[in-house]
Amino acid sequence: MRKVAVAGIGFTKVGEPWERNVKELFAEAASAAMKDAAHTEVEQLYVANMMGAHLQGQISMGALMAEAIGRPGLPAVRIEAGQASGGVAFHEGVKAVASGLNDWVLVGGVEKMSDLLPEAVTTALAGAEEQEYTAYTGVTKTGLSAILHRLYSHEYGATPEEIGWFAARGHDNAVGVAHAQFPFKLSIERVMASPMEADPIRMMECAAVADGAAAVLLGPADKVANGIEVAASAVATDHLSLAARKNPLTLEAVRKAGAKAYEVAKVKPKDIDVLEVTDDTTIDGVLSLEDLGFAEKGRGAKLVAQGHTARTGEIPTNNFGGLKARGNPVGATGLYQIAETVIQLRGKAGANQVPDARIGMAQSMAGVGSTCSVAILRRV
Amino acid sequence: MSVPRYWREERPRYRLIGEECAKCGAKHFPKTPVCGCGGAEFKPYKLPETGKVLSWTVVRNAPLGYERFTPYIVALIELEDGTRLLSQVVDVEPDAVKAGMRVEYTFRKVTEDGQAGLLQYGYKFRPVVD
Repeated sequence: MRKVAVAGIGFTKVGEPWERNVKELFAEAASAAMKDAAHTEVEQLYVANMMGAHLQGQISMGALMAEAIGRPGLPAVRIEAGQASGGVAFHEGVKAVASGLNDWVLVGGVEKMSDLLPEAVTTALAGAEEQEYTAYTGVTKTGLSAILHRLYSHEYGATPEEIGWFAARGHDNAVGVAHAQFPFKLSIERVMASPMEADPIRMMECAAVADGAAAVLLGPADKVANGIEVAASAVATDHLSLAARKNPLTLEAVRKAGAKAYEVAKVKPKDIDVLEVTDDTTIDGVLSLEDLGFAEKGRGAKLVAQGHTARTGEIPTNNFGGLKARGNPVGATGLYQIAETVIQLRGKAGANQVPDARIGMAQSMAGVGSTCSVAILRRV
Repeated sequence: MSVPRYWREERPRYRLIGEECAKCGAKHFPKTPVCGCGGAEFKPYKLPETGKVLSWTVVRNAPLGYERFTPYIVALIELEDGTRLLSQVVDVEPDAVKAGMRVEYTFRKVTEDGQAGLLQYGYKFRPVVD
């Protein structure tokens, strides 16, 4: 297998740009990635998107986006893996270059959620869950996280406030971030005073509806000057339903993908300088930290509350705000995480820079852990 | 929801019928084409109708078709034989639900496809009153 490098990155500001369509968002991110790489040759396009079929009625996103970037005829396909679509598309792109099949692969993700009313978006998001026996109960994605939240508090004695800190920490890191959806502070008091969304999870513990696109251009490491190397990329899955999992508080897909990535990159959690995890809700972020090996089971929330995951802590996490504050345009989110990790490893994060960041990890997760991708990037 | 899609899930949803793997004895609800042990032969298995609440949430912002029921409780329930499922819990106020609370099967309307469409039924659970 060849070594793969990230040659360029690009993304749009996350928000609700009602005047722009999916093609425009995607093309902006893709063009920015090619410009950043100073390279325009592309042999294969992967398009990460979760809900276009529901929200815009649009399938065939591969061909559509090839045309949108002015390259009709390019081999192109949409990758869908629920909310982990972006991370899984990245993984497929890495495989294509590593195998030698392609030299230059553009992986872009896009999601446009602001086209529909909240209950329709909620329904589309629940599309990532098993339909006949999970979604049929009327449970939402947030509701499933809430079931884990309550189980977690009960099992480990964590307080709702300790878990709620995950949202406040994310917002701390989003202050002044130009591409963030909510670039401002959010106090723990405001998190805990916000209305219940799905008890015990409050509204300010949840990522909001967002539009956005992010892209990376991948190439062989020996042909990319000043690239960031992909040290490992791994994907794992788990039972979709919480009811089918022996221990719902261990996200097996996260654990497996993480273990595989550490093994391939020959690093341990303590070697990771910057980390991006999936905090669609606060508890998702806490469980991810634990199952990636950054905290003992049951200790993750306390670690966050005590500040260990702040940019100045030992595990700088979600350094541009994470899903909660940078925003979560779901199909694109995994690629925002990769792009942000690259910015850190290049030392170009400005006020958000973690000093001398050499190794970074990005974890993308669908639902409550049915699919998980983990990438480890390294500055060489 | 199309009529065939609804119809083919009637037995599990109306009567809590799952399947038991003929090879390793694992219970599946809902049924699965291939068991984790590799077995692909199954016999029908009737789930117990009582169990306990392991954890729960109160859905306040519902998906389409469930809006008029909010706020409603959805719980992770462990039945007497150890099998687990997700279900709404009804006939109880959200504040009165407790971990370990004993619940039993009840047959209810789940949702409906507009004014002229399919009425959809299935299991929900309610507290056992001793």
